[in-house]
Amino acid sequence: MAMKIGKEVLLASPAATFRALTGLMGQPAFWHTIVFSLTRIMLGFTLAVVRGVALGILSAWSETIRNLLSPLFSVIKAVPVASFIILLLLWVRGGNLSICISFLMVLPVVYNNILQGLLQVDKNLLEMAKVFRLSFKKQLLYIYLPQVLPYFIAACTTSLGLCWKSGIAAEVIGMPAGSLGNRLYETKLYMETAEMFAWTVVIVVISFVVEKGFLWLLAKINDKITQGFL
Amino acid sequence: MRIDIKNLYKSYGDTPVLENFSLSVDSEKPVCFMGMSGRGKTTLFSIIMGLMKADKGSVTGTEGKRFSAVFQEDRLCDELSALMNLAIVTETPDKDKISELLLSMGLDEDEIRRPVTELSGGQKRRVAIMRAMVSDSDIVMMDEPFKGLDDATREQVIHRVKDNLKGRMLMVITHDESDAEMLGAEIVYI
Repeated sequence: MAMKIGKEVLLASPAATFRALTGLMGQPAFWHTIVFSLTRIMLGFTLAVVRGVALGILSAWSETIRNLLSPLFSVIKAVPVASFIILLLLWVRGGNLSICISFLMVLPVVYNNILQGLLQVDKNLLEMAKVFRLSFKKQLLYIYLPQVLPYFIAACTTSLGLCWKSGIAAEVIGMPAGSLGNRLYETKLYMETAEMFAWTVVIVVISFVVEKGFLWLLAKINDKITQGFL
Repeated sequence: MRIDIKNLYKSYGDTPVLENFSLSVDSEKPVCFMGMSGRGKTTLFSIIMGLMKADKGSVTGTEGKRFSAVFQEDRLCDELSALMNLAIVTETPDKDKISELLLSMGLDEDEIRRPVTELSGGQKRRVAIMRAMVSDSDIVMMDEPFKGLDDATREQVIHRVKDNLKGRMLMVITHDESDAEMLGAEIVYI
């Protein structure tokens, strides 16, 4: 298609994209940019996972807390990510924008899945645990964890891609110096289409590697726990 | 040890399932509860174990007592092996003793180490029964424990239950009088 259009400024060919990519990879700033964005977006993701799990547990434990949190999460889910980005630009420094945005995107997903997982825990098994006087630790390890883990993995799978895309979008709008989003915006500004494609390839590859890496890690943890059971 | 049940009354909505039910049970002889479905046998067990409250009446003698149970469903932890399902209900699990017990119930070395979801219905039932027997309990409650087991297996399981009772109180819900005979139990019709 690039050959048919014949204008690299509109659609870069794979060869031009590859050349731009190898050129970028030779610059130390390329790696700094990746580290800058990756650390911030993953920090937002991690904070959201920790908070989402904690709030999910609290909500499963208390219906009052669940009812109090419900409107808040409904609002977070309904507000468009662009509105959040504009609003947050007024309140936080550009460099921290992607942390906040990825946090806001991941939090409701993790919260909802943990809550659903906990509410679905087999009541018959909890009754069995009561009769046999299983300690809290045993209930946590052998009843709650195996039943909630699939919900947690599903939440991470969904939200990892989401936080990466929304984090980059926030950087494009907030333009923090040295971020992936800023570099992407500059390529548009200077009509460097090949570089724009190259950065897009980088974003897709990082997103893929991070998602697969994280899921591999979770699967390993899951296997370790399950094998410990047998 | 003795449990006294006095004037127990329990209803679900407008439908009473237990009406002025009274009974005394001691640990000298197992007790088998028999009767048609819907007569409140499982409800009675739930009240005795403290899982449900009676509308009226009292159960005394269970204070501070430890229960173990076979429920109508197996209620095993699916991800755990048969060995682990038994080990988690004991304070100080003796792996060799538990293995020996499971092997004596007709399971093999491989089966006792597999997640219980991979076992057949009858095998899971036997694991659930043995879980109740290895638990450090004072009172063993079994709700239709031998349902679904063939005659030969049922006989074998009942012998294992008797061997491992060790003076504990045993209450069993069953629809089969031969279970009561093999257990040497007193029958209470409800």
